[in-house]
Amino acid sequence: MKTNDNSRREFLATSLLTGAALVGCGTKSPFIPDEVADVKPSGEMVKLLSVDGEIIEVDKAFLKPIPEMPNVTNDEARIGIPGKKFAMVIDLSRCKNLKKCQSACNHMHHIHPGQNWIKVYPMQEADHTAPYWQPTTCMHCDEPPCVKVCPVDATFKRKDGAVLIDSDRCVGCRFCMAACPYSTRVFNWEEPKVEKELAAIPYNCETSVPQKKGTVGKCDFCPDMVRQGSLPHCVSACPNGVFFFGDILEDTVTNGSETFRFSDLIRDKAGYRLMEDLGTKPSVYYLPPVNRNFPFENHEIEEKKD
Amino acid sequence: MEKSAENKIIQDLLPQEFGKQGKIWVIGLLAVCALGAFAYGRQLYYGLEVTGLRDYVSWGIYISNFVFFVAISLVGSLITAVLRLTNVHWSTPLTRIAEIIAVSAITFASLIIIVDMGRPERFYNLFLHGRLQSPIIWDVIVITTYFFISLLLLYFPLLPDLKIMIAFKERNGKWLQKLYEILGSFWKNKPAQFKITNKAINILSISIIPVAFAIHTVTSWLFATTYRPGWDSTNFGAYFISGAFLVGSGGVLIAMYVFRTHYKLEKYITDDHFDRMGKVVVLLALLYLYFNVNEFLVPAFKMKKSEEEHLLGLFTGEFAPVFWFAIFTAMIIPIGILLFKKGRRPKAAFIAGILVVVGSWFKRYLIVTPTLLHPFLPMHDVPANYKHYFPTWEEWSIAGGSLAGALLVITFFARIFPIIPIHETIIETESHENN
Repeated sequence: MKTNDNSRREFLATSLLTGAALVGCGTKSPFIPDEVADVKPSGEMVKLLSVDGEIIEVDKAFLKPIPEMPNVTNDEARIGIPGKKFAMVIDLSRCKNLKKCQSACNHMHHIHPGQNWIKVYPMQEADHTAPYWQPTTCMHCDEPPCVKVCPVDATFKRKDGAVLIDSDRCVGCRFCMAACPYSTRVFNWEEPKVEKELAAIPYNCETSVPQKKGTVGKCDFCPDMVRQGSLPHCVSACPNGVFFFGDILEDTVTNGSETFRFSDLIRDKAGYRLMEDLGTKPSVYYLPPVNRNFPFENHEIEEKKD
Repeated sequence: MEKSAENKIIQDLLPQEFGKQGKIWVIGLLAVCALGAFAYGRQLYYGLEVTGLRDYVSWGIYISNFVFFVAISLVGSLITAVLRLTNVHWSTPLTRIAEIIAVSAITFASLIIIVDMGRPERFYNLFLHGRLQSPIIWDVIVITTYFFISLLLLYFPLLPDLKIMIAFKERNGKWLQKLYEILGSFWKNKPAQFKITNKAINILSISIIPVAFAIHTVTSWLFATTYRPGWDSTNFGAYFISGAFLVGSGGVLIAMYVFRTHYKLEKYITDDHFDRMGKVVVLLALLYLYFNVNEFLVPAFKMKKSEEEHLLGLFTGEFAPVFWFAIFTAMIIPIGILLFKKGRRPKAAFIAGILVVVGSWFKRYLIVTPTLLHPFLPMHDVPANYKHYFPTWEEWSIAGGSLAGALLVITFFARIFPIIPIHETIIETESHENN
């Protein structure tokens, strides 16, 4: 930082910056890109959270800003990603209840043990109809009943279709949980069991991390991953390619290895949405469990019987 | 009217100090409140974890207690406004009882809803970020309005009585005298003052009726605006209102009996009052029964798949004992008692009132909880204890504390102010004599 130039404006700016840096972490701000190629280790170590959720220690001198992680303000997070309209397609013929989606989601969002944002239901409509596995995420409805009833605009609908929660605003009345017909919302009944470092970072509506005591949480469609050009955690975690994620405006959905035209896929495989009669207009579509990749085996029921 | 007769009325109706019984009653209530406060302290520290609530049953006895309080508070509008506007005079001695029940119940309704919040310290967000399309905001608006109208309807008729009480300086003691003077020293019994308060009371009596209907209709909409079986009903507003008038009137029967026997007010709360109030309760119980038949028989006739599990749970399943208990104690048995003239004598009517209130409390529990145990998608991928609900001791203590608190407010009110309007009683007696 240059402080030699004595023009009044720069003086003000620098003193502000220095002030900020002092408040932050010493004289050298890690968020200003360092053009000097050879970085000398300062000897001062900083604890960080890796992408795998592990705590790692790095020398402070090596810290650099990550350009693909844009800092999204609360206002931007409430509007959404411009020009997008997200949709998900869940192919029931491919699901065998491996629950990799669930564990990846729980891990990345640091969900309270026992609670799940993704549930995999053993479904059977009637005595003589075929049983199947039905994973559910938040439906990100276009007419979200939860958003309608929220008294404080803590849960909101974005232009790109995602329904998110501002845990810094939620008052914990749980009206949204009563209103949601898909039982998708969970509540933080006690202080979330997360690492101190994680609990200290400011809450972000797009990552839904860290969860806060006394507020509601749910599947957020991982808009932080989408901003980086990646897929939601459940999509990339599923080894059977059950989940397809994409953009209705681009008319494409992908599970990472296969990409389809959304309208073709829904037409050819007779896609449908859950509880259409309620008029909630979900953004999540289902492909019926026909020509299945796996037989239906419910180990949970068998275990219970034993 | 003779001065001595007037003095007799005043002497009879002035508030009295707590006797031994009264002190035990107050200490008992304070103890229950203290336990509730301790339990709430734990809840604030540990979070709603200390309750039996979990993701499926996310509303429990706090919310049913809230509905109960809102319901019982409606009686203020029935006795003071509806009966007043229809020129019914026999209810005059009961107006203040009804109005203090209304004020204290609506106060604790607001408190218990804050208790139910996961983040009570963010309550200000309702004003900062409030969104008009949420029924909760409607509830906040109408309940606040109802609270202030009820408070004024309690206060305005009290003014002439305050003047009477201020005259008894020695009897009152320093603090009460000061309180009476702050509240009513400007009142001089001038005709102009009577004119203006009568007008104000008339305006308030008219305006409180739609507001009273609104508070309980909106409360019913907290449920009816969702899709869930058991709540998704167009019958809900009227069903709630009729039940509310019933439980409130039952509460008045209890209060009448307790005040009458404790303060020896047999001359003012007469057997005739019990007879008439008993008829009111029987009418309301029949009305509520009618709405219950609508609420359960029609969906039970169709037995839609989504409703089936819920209805069978109530009729013959897990909740059947509570369900039939509530139907019988809140409606059928009181109807059986109060339909007969003998049943409308004070003691029998008092017992019927207790049955109505107790049954109605459980009825509110049944409105809130069983529905949440029957979601559209089956309960799955949750810990085993998420699939049941039974309130913890903290919840019972807090709910009990709020009920005790409401009774405490009524008790202290009756200690400080005349529970039967003195001035109005004198006027009524005069007009009787003149006739």
